[in-house]
Amino acid sequence: MSTIDAQTRVSDPAQPGWKRYKFADHFRNAEDEFDACKLGFWLFLATEVLLFSGLFCAYAMFRVKYPEAFAAGSHHLNVWYGGTNTLVLLASSFTVAMAIRCAQLNNQKWLRINLIITIICAFLFFFIKLNFEYIPKWGEGIRPGLLYSNPFAGDPMEPIWWSVYYAATGIHALHVLIGAGLLIWCLVRSFRTTQYGPTHYTMLENSGLYWHLVDVIWIFLFPLLYLIH
Amino acid sequence: MTTTTITDSGHDSHHDEGSYLTPHKGGAFATIIQWATTIDHKKIGMMYLFTVLGMFMLGGVAALLIRAELWEPTRILADGTITGQLFQSDSTSGYLTYNRLFTMHGAVMVFLVIVPGAPATLGNFLLPLMLGAKDVAFPRLNLLSWYIYVLGAAFAVMSLINTGADTGWTFYTPYSSSHAGNTYGNIVMMTTAAFILGFSSILTGLNFIVTIHKLRCPGMGWFDMPLFVWAMYATSIIQVLATPVIGITLLLLIFERVFHVGIFDPALGGDPILFQHFFWFYSHPVVYVMILPGMGIATELIAVHCRKPVFGYRAIAFASLGIAAVAFLVWGHHMFASMGELANAVFSALTFFVAIPTAVKVFNWIATLYKGSIALNTPMLYALSFLFLFLIGGLTGLPLATLATDMHLHDSYFVVAHFHYVMMGGTIIAFVGGVHHWWPKMTGKMYTEWVGIVGCLLVFIGFNVTFFTQFFLGLQGMPRRYASYIDEFQLLHQISTVGAFTLGLGFFIQLGNFIHSLIAGKKAPPNPWGGLSLEWYIESPPSEHNFHAEPILTHGPYDYEDVYPPHCDPADFPLPEPKPEGNAAH
Repeated sequence: MSTIDAQTRVSDPAQPGWKRYKFADHFRNAEDEFDACKLGFWLFLATEVLLFSGLFCAYAMFRVKYPEAFAAGSHHLNVWYGGTNTLVLLASSFTVAMAIRCAQLNNQKWLRINLIITIICAFLFFFIKLNFEYIPKWGEGIRPGLLYSNPFAGDPMEPIWWSVYYAATGIHALHVLIGAGLLIWCLVRSFRTTQYGPTHYTMLENSGLYWHLVDVIWIFLFPLLYLIH
Repeated sequence: MTTTTITDSGHDSHHDEGSYLTPHKGGAFATIIQWATTIDHKKIGMMYLFTVLGMFMLGGVAALLIRAELWEPTRILADGTITGQLFQSDSTSGYLTYNRLFTMHGAVMVFLVIVPGAPATLGNFLLPLMLGAKDVAFPRLNLLSWYIYVLGAAFAVMSLINTGADTGWTFYTPYSSSHAGNTYGNIVMMTTAAFILGFSSILTGLNFIVTIHKLRCPGMGWFDMPLFVWAMYATSIIQVLATPVIGITLLLLIFERVFHVGIFDPALGGDPILFQHFFWFYSHPVVYVMILPGMGIATELIAVHCRKPVFGYRAIAFASLGIAAVAFLVWGHHMFASMGELANAVFSALTFFVAIPTAVKVFNWIATLYKGSIALNTPMLYALSFLFLFLIGGLTGLPLATLATDMHLHDSYFVVAHFHYVMMGGTIIAFVGGVHHWWPKMTGKMYTEWVGIVGCLLVFIGFNVTFFTQFFLGLQGMPRRYASYIDEFQLLHQISTVGAFTLGLGFFIQLGNFIHSLIAGKKAPPNPWGGLSLEWYIESPPSEHNFHAEPILTHGPYDYEDVYPPHCDPADFPLPEPKPEGNAAH
C-alpha cells in the first residue's frame, strides 16, 4: 500500500493529458475536486485583498494627515506611464480569460497564443514600471523615507508619500512577477503531458483568477496614485 | 436518529496493511524520506506535534528563567551570571537579557506554539478522520505549511542565538524600528520569522475550510459534525482573514527597519499608532485562533467522558462562529491609552459582546456535565481544569474591558495573569488534555493513567499558584515586563516562582509519561473511551488511508443515549434507561 497519491491518472499515453487526468484519490469525483480547488483559491484571493487592504489603509490615513504632500508627490508621477500600464493589464486580463475559454473548447493552439500574449503583457508592465518609473526616480533621489534626497520636494512630508508609493507598487509588482511565473508554468504544462482541456483546466483557471486579482488591485492603485491630486 | 452502526466493511481483511506508523521496508533512511515527503495528514500532524513540543520547551525554559530572575527584587541576570553569558549580552546591562527573555518567551509561545498548536497538530490529525475523509483537501499544501513552519522556527531560533530581540512579542514601533538598543538584525529576523509563520497559518486555515466544505462523508450534514470541527472551522476563518494583515504589517516593519521608510516612525512623519492598529487587527482575532480549538477540544472531552449528548449543540456551534465574528471588532481594547474617548467607549462596549458567546459555551458545558456519568480520568481532569481556569481567565477580562478599572490595571501583572489564564489555562490545558485523549488513537499506545493524573494535578496546582498570585501583584501595582521591583512584592513573586517550577515539573512528568508509553506502553484498543465520532471507528493507530471503505454516517457524534460505541463491550458503556417521554436532550 503506497501513500495517497494526489494525482491518480489512467495511464494511457495515447490520450491527451487532459483526458488522462482523473482526479486526486481523496476526492469523490472530479467536480468535487474542481470546486474544492476553486473555493481554496478564492479564499487565498481574499487573503491577498486583505494584504493590500493594509496598504490602502496606510494610504488613506496619510492622505488625510498630509494632503499637500500627497498632491505634490502625485504631480511627480507621469499619468501616461500609469495609463499605458493600465491598458496593458486590462488587455492581458482579456487574453487570460480567452485562454481559459480556449481550454474549455479544446482549442490548444489559441490557448497557448493567448497565454503567451498575457505573459508578454506581464513583462511589458514590469518593464515600463522599472525602466520609466522606478529607475529614473531613484536616480533623481526620489526614494522612500530617509533615503529621499531630491532637493525639489514640493512638501517636507513628501518622503512619506513616496514610501507609500514604493511599498504599494512594489508589492504589486512582485505580484505581477509571481503571476507571470504561474502563467509560464501553465504554458509549459500546456505543451507537456498535463495539457488543459474541457474536463481539466483547474490550474489554468486559478492562475487566471490570480491574474485578474493583480489587475483589479492595479485598477485601484492607478487612480489613487496617479489621478487624484 | 437510527441506531445502526457506521459502515466500515472489510475491516478485518485489511489488517495486514499495517498502520500509518509502520516504518518503510527500505530501512531507517527510507523511513525518514518517507516521512519528510509524506502528504498523509496524520504524519504531518505528528510532525507538527513534535516540532510544536520542541518550541514549547524552548518557550517554557525562557519562562522559567524569567521567574528565576524575579526571585530577588533586584536584577540577578547580570552579564557575569550563567544566563547572562548564555545570551552573550552585548550591552553592559543585564536588563537587556531579561527583555530578550520575555520577548523570546512571548514570541515563541504565541507564534510557534499556541497559534499553530491545536489546529496544526490535533486538527490536522483529527479533522479528516472526524469527517470520514481520506485526507485534507490539499495534502501537498499541508506538507508545505509544515516546512514553512520549520523555516519560521529556524529564523526565530537564529534570532535567539544571535542574542535575540528585546521589543516584546508585540514589536511596537518606534522602539522596534529605530531604537539603537536593539541589535540590528535580530528584530528583522524575529519579524521575518513571524511573517513566514503567517503563511503556514493561512495554508492550514484555508485547507481546513475547504476540507470541511467538500470532504464530509455521505450522511454528514453541517450539524452532524463533531463540535471540534465547528471550532476548527471558526478558527480557520479567523486564520485566513486576519493573518494577511499581520503579513503586511510585519513587511512594512521590516521596510521601516531596513530602509527607514518612515510609515511607522514619528521622527520621519509616520504614525506608530497605525502600527498598533494593524498589529492588533490581527493579534486580537488571533487570540480566538488560540482559544477556539481549546474550546472545541474541551467540548469533545466533556461529551465523551461524561457520556451525555452535548447540551445545546447548535448554540455551541454558532457561539464559535459568533466569537469569530466579534473577534474582528474589538482590537481597540489593546490601545485604550492611544485612542480618543469615543473610540475607547465603542471598543469597550464591543469587547463585552465577546462575553456572550463565550458564556453560552460555558453554560452549555456545565449543562452537559450535569447528571452525566463522569469518568475522572486524565483527559476529563484536564477538561475540568480548563473549565475552571478559563472561567477565571474570561471573567478577569471584564475589568480589563471596563475603561475605569482598566486605567488602574493596564500594563500590570493583572493583565499578565488574565491572559495566561486564557492562553495557558484555556488553550494549553485543553490542548494537553486533547493530546491525552487522542494519544491512543495517534500512537496506538496507552499512557499510564495514574501518572497522567498526578501530572495533571501538579499542572493545575502549579498553574494557579503561579498566576493567581499575579492578580494580587497586579492589583497592588506591579507593572509587567520589569526585571526588578520594590521589596514589598517579593513574597508574592516568590510564591509565583515556586508555582512556575511546580508547573514545569508537571509538564515534565507528562512528557515522561508520553515517552514511556511510546517505549513500553500497552497497546491501545480502537476505542478506549467509548467515543462515537468517526475517528473511534477505525483501528489505533489508523491505517494509511484512514477508512477501509467510505463511511456513511447514520448517527450524530454525541448520541450516547441511543448508540453503542464501536469496538467496545456494550457492558462497559451501557445505554441509559429509556425515558418515558422521549429524549429531552435532543
